[in-house]
Amino acid sequence: MAEFAQYIINGLSQGGTYALIALGYTMVFGILQLINFAHGEVYMLGAFVGYYASKYIVNHQLNERINLLVNGAADQASTSSAILTAILIILLAMVTCALIGFLIERLAYRPLRSSPRINLLITAVGVSLFFQYSGQLLFGSDPKAYPDLFENLEPWTFGSDDNAIFLEPLKVFVFGTAITLMLILRHVIFHTRLGRAMRAVSFNHDLASLMGIPTDRVIAATFMMGSALAGAAGVMVAMTYPKVEPLMGSLPGLKAFCAAVLGGIGNVTGAVLGSFILGVAEALLSGYGTPTYKDALAFAILILILLIKPSGLLGVHRTEKV
Amino acid sequence: MNSTNKTEERNPAAGLVGLKWWILAVAFAWVLNRWLPDVMSSYYFDIIILAGINIILAVSLNLVNGFTGQFSMGHAGFMSVGGYYSAYITTQLLVSHPHLMENPITGNLVFVASLFLGGLAATAVGYLVGLPSLRLRGDYLAIVTLGFGEIIRVIFLNTNAVGGARGLSGITQYTTFGWIFTFVIFTIFCVWRVVHSAQGRVLLSIREDEIAATAMGVNTTQGKVQAFAMGAFFAGIAGGLFAHNLSTINPQIFDFNRSFEVIIMVVLGGMGSISGSVVAAVLLTVLKEALRPLQNYTGVDLRMVIYALVLILMMLARPKGIFGTSEIADSFRAKKGNPS
Amino acid sequence: MFLRNFSIVLILAASFGHSSAFADTIKIGEVGSMTGSEATFGISTHEGIELAIKEQNAKGGVKGKKLELISVDNQGKPEEAAIGTTKLVTQDKVVAVLGEVASSRSLAMAPIAQKNKIPMISPSSTNPKVTTIGDYIFRVCFIDPFQGSVMAKFASETLKAKKVAVLRDVKSDYSLGLSDFFKESFIKSGGEIVVEQTYSSGDVDFNSQLTSIRAKKPDAIFVPGYYTEVGLIAKQARKLGIKAALLGGDGWDSDKLYEIGGKSLNNGYFSNHYSKDDQSPAVQSFVKNYKAAYNKVPDGLAAMGYDAALVLISAMESTKSASPKEIRDAVAKIKDFQAVTGRISIDEKRNANKPAVILEIKDGKFLYKSTVNP
Repeated sequence: MAEFAQYIINGLSQGGTYALIALGYTMVFGILQLINFAHGEVYMLGAFVGYYASKYIVNHQLNERINLLVNGAADQASTSSAILTAILIILLAMVTCALIGFLIERLAYRPLRSSPRINLLITAVGVSLFFQYSGQLLFGSDPKAYPDLFENLEPWTFGSDDNAIFLEPLKVFVFGTAITLMLILRHVIFHTRLGRAMRAVSFNHDLASLMGIPTDRVIAATFMMGSALAGAAGVMVAMTYPKVEPLMGSLPGLKAFCAAVLGGIGNVTGAVLGSFILGVAEALLSGYGTPTYKDALAFAILILILLIKPSGLLGVHRTEKV
Repeated sequence: MNSTNKTEERNPAAGLVGLKWWILAVAFAWVLNRWLPDVMSSYYFDIIILAGINIILAVSLNLVNGFTGQFSMGHAGFMSVGGYYSAYITTQLLVSHPHLMENPITGNLVFVASLFLGGLAATAVGYLVGLPSLRLRGDYLAIVTLGFGEIIRVIFLNTNAVGGARGLSGITQYTTFGWIFTFVIFTIFCVWRVVHSAQGRVLLSIREDEIAATAMGVNTTQGKVQAFAMGAFFAGIAGGLFAHNLSTINPQIFDFNRSFEVIIMVVLGGMGSISGSVVAAVLLTVLKEALRPLQNYTGVDLRMVIYALVLILMMLARPKGIFGTSEIADSFRAKKGNPS
Repeated sequence: MFLRNFSIVLILAASFGHSSAFADTIKIGEVGSMTGSEATFGISTHEGIELAIKEQNAKGGVKGKKLELISVDNQGKPEEAAIGTTKLVTQDKVVAVLGEVASSRSLAMAPIAQKNKIPMISPSSTNPKVTTIGDYIFRVCFIDPFQGSVMAKFASETLKAKKVAVLRDVKSDYSLGLSDFFKESFIKSGGEIVVEQTYSSGDVDFNSQLTSIRAKKPDAIFVPGYYTEVGLIAKQARKLGIKAALLGGDGWDSDKLYEIGGKSLNNGYFSNHYSKDDQSPAVQSFVKNYKAAYNKVPDGLAAMGYDAALVLISAMESTKSASPKEIRDAVAKIKDFQAVTGRISIDEKRNANKPAVILEIKDGKFLYKSTVNP
């Protein structure tokens, strides 16, 4: 029983990271009907921003200054100072990735707005691969160890020795952040003017611009928000699994896309739901079955859902107009 | 009514330069096969063989991506099925019937048979992959084919009968210049005939406007599945030739990067142009080796970065590719004064 | 348009195959994965080889001629390794080829070297099949059957473990081979493999596998993978409360292992080709010179590359004219050659007969534990 609970916890934690990436995919697809292949690479770049930022902090003893601020003593680390540092790094990564997302959209996608969809798709693949390979050149293809800010925190234990369930504070942090960001996004989309504009553009691009909505700006804002979320995901994954390397983005990116489709692409809640389902399914498959098919599971789920209910679990079926 | 689409005015066999010339070319290739190794360094030979395999891959993918307009990103999966199946046959037979395999005549016969069987196995998988494509649009289809490619790779990774992660090794190197040339001609010939036949019109109609085609009574579902199956067949043959050249294969060889390399050849050459695929395949294979000194000089591998940039820039500047949808033969016919 | 492309092809073809500037050097070829996902392995090996060659050239080269190292990068792909070997052998006319680290790439290279009768020495390919390709193919490392039994013996005799769990990398033939031989040995000595779990290189989350392992309460866990994953595995295992010893092979050897795994690696042991704390003068001078040249501590692969080059150089010196056939015969005769990674003897199967060392990880240091002789 404890084993099962542990798998569920592992799955939810993994699902949280997929959710952050999937949110970006689903927003961009909703508004542009484009699968932004490069999204996984934005996530990777976020992780690297976090890596270099934390190295900088450690090398320049900034973490001691933070400790001083929070605890009154330079060498006294604690949960709160660790969280503060983490939040700073996450914010930095979010801002950087938002900028990167803006540039990608502006340089690679906007010129092709009126081209056939297949051209956009090919370009997206090209951008994704470009980031992967230049990442290998710039950062080196060897994996880098991420400094562990939460190092000294012991996992919370429930139950006794044999039936112990281990819950790491870091994983709770990641899960909580994913939910928080999802709620913030939901608020933006449904309760702000920008959100209304985004929904209008996703419904009918030309009509929205006729109504006076600055579509280019709305699309750019969508990209930036999605990329910021991916950046945050990158940092949080790097904190949880402290290894970053330039190719780390492609597979999680694809899996997050499968999760978004599972939940209903274009639907924010669906993306999160799909991600958690995928995360738990992977954990259960790894634990009770063979982990080696884990990577194939996401694609198998994708194929199944596209065959059975293409609009996804929470999606609404849209007829294709001629 | 002036039609700008030259395809409609074409006689199906036009531009094909008569079958006898192709057969002559193949015979000539076999003569070269005997002579060239003595004259030319095996380094260039290897490059030519690789270029030939890439031509088969690019032309077969073009059938699906270019002529039928279905963006498939899992071509490496079909290649691996053909490669593994044919290699499995020849390695198993080498153990159980060594005399059969060591005799050059029967050995080569078995080799060719195994190539075709590998191609058929790949076709079967192509049907399986093509079926979900019935309901999916461009972007979804791309990811699903990518997914299938990954699933195939993971299955091979976990199948101990074909070596799992270790793969198959000790494959006899039956692939020679002669066989490569033969199968390149075979592939180009078949794809050309299909494209310029009634079936080819079906494929083109699917690419141009699928809904209109369905409304006109064209069986688009069958067309799409057939395109996948045929593309897979030749990819399987290419896989078999590849396996019997490298003498060892493992699942890592057939990952998404392999599919991507074929995609870039098709896009660069022009989706919808067989000659474009041929030229692009040769160009990129040769370029890879030609850029090696650059790599030794700078110490970093810029090749893949350059390829990715080329892909992006092509889409921004010249999405048609080098050849667009025209063929080399077109320029010859235009010179004869045909009204077009 | 077509003519333009064709002429480009011609020009490029003509630009191949330039002879090197120095006509009277002895050319040695090297094929490695200097880029791609396994770049660290290729680069380490390359640096080891380069250092050995540089040192020999400083001593005047071999038979009065300088050694010239021609390196080819294969991006981690077997077909690039094959074509690179063809180029080295036919265009650059090397007298010997060093490579490769990964058995899958060595298997692609070997037929070409054998066909062209150029001796090939692999520094670290452990798949037994590599040297069976032909009598021109050698290796200077031990093969998986030996390494597997080394750790099995250590587990049962030193750690007194009765129940061991295996967590192996299903994407790596090295990991699969090593775990198969470990299992065979361990079961033969009376132990029990309680559970076998798998992962794929590139994975970052091993919690499910480790949870399932934890439930079986093993005395030790054998993780014959690469340092890239082992660091994370150790961390996650400790966080799940698993206190059992962790055992591994030479894939663990890297500075990065501790960087990623940290304290969770305590109570970890792995078999390796050498220990940099070995006080013998050969090892210490190698470590010192490597540090001076590359500003980092050499890992096992660098040491193996160094030794492969040393073996080749020694073989070349004992020949009359450093021709490929003579080199091949000389390498086959190497016995008790004192290298950095131990005394190497090439046996009749062209594999190296040499000891393995077992290292213990404690607080960031790899401590020498024992040597196991074949």
